[in-house]
Amino acid sequence: MTESRLTKAFLRVATGVVLVFIYTPLVIVAIYAFNPTATQTWPPSGFTLQWFGEAFSNPNVLSSFASSIVAGVFATAIALVLGTLASLAVARYSFFGRESVSLLLLLPLALPGVVTGIALSATFQTLGLKFALPTVIVGHATFCVVIVYNNVLARLRRTPRSAEEASADLGAASMTTFRRITLPAMRTALLAGGLLAFALSFDEVIVTNFTAGPGTETIPLFILRSIQRPHELPVVNVVAFVLVLLSVIPVYIAQRIGGREGAAIR
Amino acid sequence: MTITAAHSPSRTRRLSAWLYGRPRSQVVILLALPLGFFLLVYIGSLVVLFLNAFLETDPFSGDVIPVFSLDAFVTLFTEDVYRTIALRTIGMALLVTVTCAILGFPVAYYIARIASPRTKRILVIAVLMPLWASYLVKIYTWRTMLGGNGFVDWLLAPIGLESPGLDSLVSGWFVLVYLWLPYMILPIQAGLERIPGSLLEASADLGGKAGITFRRVVVPLVLPAIAAGSIFTFSLTLGDYIAPAFISNTKFIGNVIYDNSTLGNLPLAAAYSMLPVLIMVIYLLIARRLGAFESL
Repeated sequence: MTESRLTKAFLRVATGVVLVFIYTPLVIVAIYAFNPTATQTWPPSGFTLQWFGEAFSNPNVLSSFASSIVAGVFATAIALVLGTLASLAVARYSFFGRESVSLLLLLPLALPGVVTGIALSATFQTLGLKFALPTVIVGHATFCVVIVYNNVLARLRRTPRSAEEASADLGAASMTTFRRITLPAMRTALLAGGLLAFALSFDEVIVTNFTAGPGTETIPLFILRSIQRPHELPVVNVVAFVLVLLSVIPVYIAQRIGGREGAAIR
Repeated sequence: MTITAAHSPSRTRRLSAWLYGRPRSQVVILLALPLGFFLLVYIGSLVVLFLNAFLETDPFSGDVIPVFSLDAFVTLFTEDVYRTIALRTIGMALLVTVTCAILGFPVAYYIARIASPRTKRILVIAVLMPLWASYLVKIYTWRTMLGGNGFVDWLLAPIGLESPGLDSLVSGWFVLVYLWLPYMILPIQAGLERIPGSLLEASADLGGKAGITFRRVVVPLVLPAIAAGSIFTFSLTLGDYIAPAFISNTKFIGNVIYDNSTLGNLPLAAAYSMLPVLIMVIYLLIARRLGAFESL
């Protein structure tokens, strides 16, 4: 089927319009970071760098940024370990219930976040746990595992087992084979999965809001609270601008990992 | 593989040797941690939630009393407000899904079948990148844009219109479509890439005009991909409680659950949260029938 010139023109315009729709808000939030006043009218009334200094020295911004990093690192670490173990079992062995493993791990992403959130919060409450960063990390880990799992599983399915068998035939113990053969084959998949898991954790607010408790604030929770306080909006503008800039990093790394594999990161 | 005990093997080596030829033990070791964590933390939590739905609340203190009761369900079925909210949320999830499919299809088609390889690479990144930008930043910037004297007012003023404002479902619809659109574009694009060109040529050779080829060949083949994308747009809308509160000033299912979870009626929240779970199970079963899982 060859599309008519009219169809092509329509598709090109439609694509352009949708891209403008996607990027306009991101550009606008960047512009507001330089807005001198706290009122959010358009167009902005001037230009200032004043709020950058205020934001970078704001203790709430700094501590919530640190909390987000800690939560992301730990949730990603748990996801890397659990996701890799599960993917090795599913990719390299056949056993009863193998098909259900994927479904079980996918549940936290397939079910609405609000359900995961309230289920965890009800359970933590019943157990008498203190709501703080550890409860946030456990909550994030639930939906990060499947990200690593999917990435590594896809890689293991593409990697022939012959190299592992050769290693075993040459007398390597299974741990040696894993360290020297399997792990290097999975490396970029682990990097991609870990990156995505971290980004997901860093941005999460629906479940976090249920599991953080008072006194624990991640960056999304900071924004959520500050949106409702007009005098804090200039600082939020700067934080938002920085977050939009930071979102370029994972995309860049994903591209560096390689075109084919980069496409698997979503 | 043979391991002789002649040069006193290390402990890990002995373990390796023991595990060799015992695949079942290997599976148990691999799955113990991940399945243990998931069954204990995730499934366990869902069970706790489920049980809470059947408990009673003290009418004065609001505390949960460990006594079997169907009060929460009775409230949900008898008070109209919960039905209204459920219908509003489901309706919005469907509307957002359909809108995303309509807006996303031309973009996906252009990327998959028209753009040059170079343009294609750039466009895929362009669609991918906003997914990494913070969800709350997007909500926040739309709030400033849709608010009084904001960007939307400024944009529409020359044609005599104004922003729907921050207490309108129209705004919520707009923003939810904005949030989830990339989740629809990418699967459709991947689905379109998988259609072999030869099928389209065959259709044309058999006399199918472009419109017929599109309707009879392209659409049926890409339907599983649309179903895959719709899982995200539908589920994410169904569970959202922040966009409804901050953009539309209305309550969705998620808001009722959230409001009642912290300072209200946990059994009611637990009972109500079964609704999105039930809807998603039905939705996933339908999506699986359409072949969505092969297109994820």
